[in-house]
Amino acid sequence: MKLHLTRRYNFAASHRLHSPALTEDENWRAYGKCNNPYGHGHNYVLEVAVSGPVDPATGMIANLADLDSFVERVVIEPFDRVYLNEDVAAFRERVPTTENVCIEIYERLRGFPHAKLERVRLEETSLNSFEYTGDSGMQPREEQR
Amino acid sequence: MPIVSITRKVEFSASHLYHNPAFTPEENRRVFGKCNNPHGHGHNYVLEVTVKGEPDPATGMVLDLKELKQILQEEIIERMDHRFLNYEVAELSGQIPTCENIASLIWRLLEPRITRGRLDRVRLFETPDLFVDCFGDGESGSSGRGAR
Repeated sequence: MKLHLTRRYNFAASHRLHSPALTEDENWRAYGKCNNPYGHGHNYVLEVAVSGPVDPATGMIANLADLDSFVERVVIEPFDRVYLNEDVAAFRERVPTTENVCIEIYERLRGFPHAKLERVRLEETSLNSFEYTGDSGMQPREEQR
Repeated sequence: MPIVSITRKVEFSASHLYHNPAFTPEENRRVFGKCNNPHGHGHNYVLEVTVKGEPDPATGMVLDLKELKQILQEEIIERMDHRFLNYEVAELSGQIPTCENIASLIWRLLEPRITRGRLDRVRLFETPDLFVDCFGDGESGSSGRGAR
């Protein structure tokens, strides 16, 4: 039997989908209104799943206080109430599609010392969600929504 | 035949407290925080149970949801609903009734009862922002954990 512990977090941020590798027309075709010059925002919902043995002394895979403070420090604090394109260095060179935001969050969380990171799922809206479980050999697509 | 997953959701309300008698009072407080409050506290647990299998050609069903509902009633609701999990659920005695341990008990209770299709996932929400998923080991057939 395998157990995954999943915790949900929230952050609100703005972004603009725009690739310097594309012309103005191509950007508009690829990203539509997500390419509007001043960006726009979302209430993101982040799900973080971790696994590991359940400590018999505590009944826990990981103490939630440890998970919460780690996620707060490496993701929520730098991602909440910011313009992702400018305020998070990784997105100065990478389009902050929710695919890429999801991958960036995974990379930041994989260093959690108390359990194994299994999955990052990110809801951009209640209708769109993205999941990343580590490198599967596929490259994220930046050219299309 | 195509393999299909079906999921049934039930809710139960229960109280619990986290306390390890091997810890000092200070350790209990440090590790468990307010979950260590001596009289406990409660949650509205939401349980999602997923069974996977081939629909029976005669009925079009993997498992009759009525049957699954009845199993959930007998094994989970009657055992856990409106109970203090530490004191009233014998299978949890000697364990901290965390979401991990409750989900794992639910798996062990349900797995031997699912005779059509296979139990694929138990997802237990303690709050809307915290849940545990329990999966099988991915081997065919029962994992042999039938202890009640």
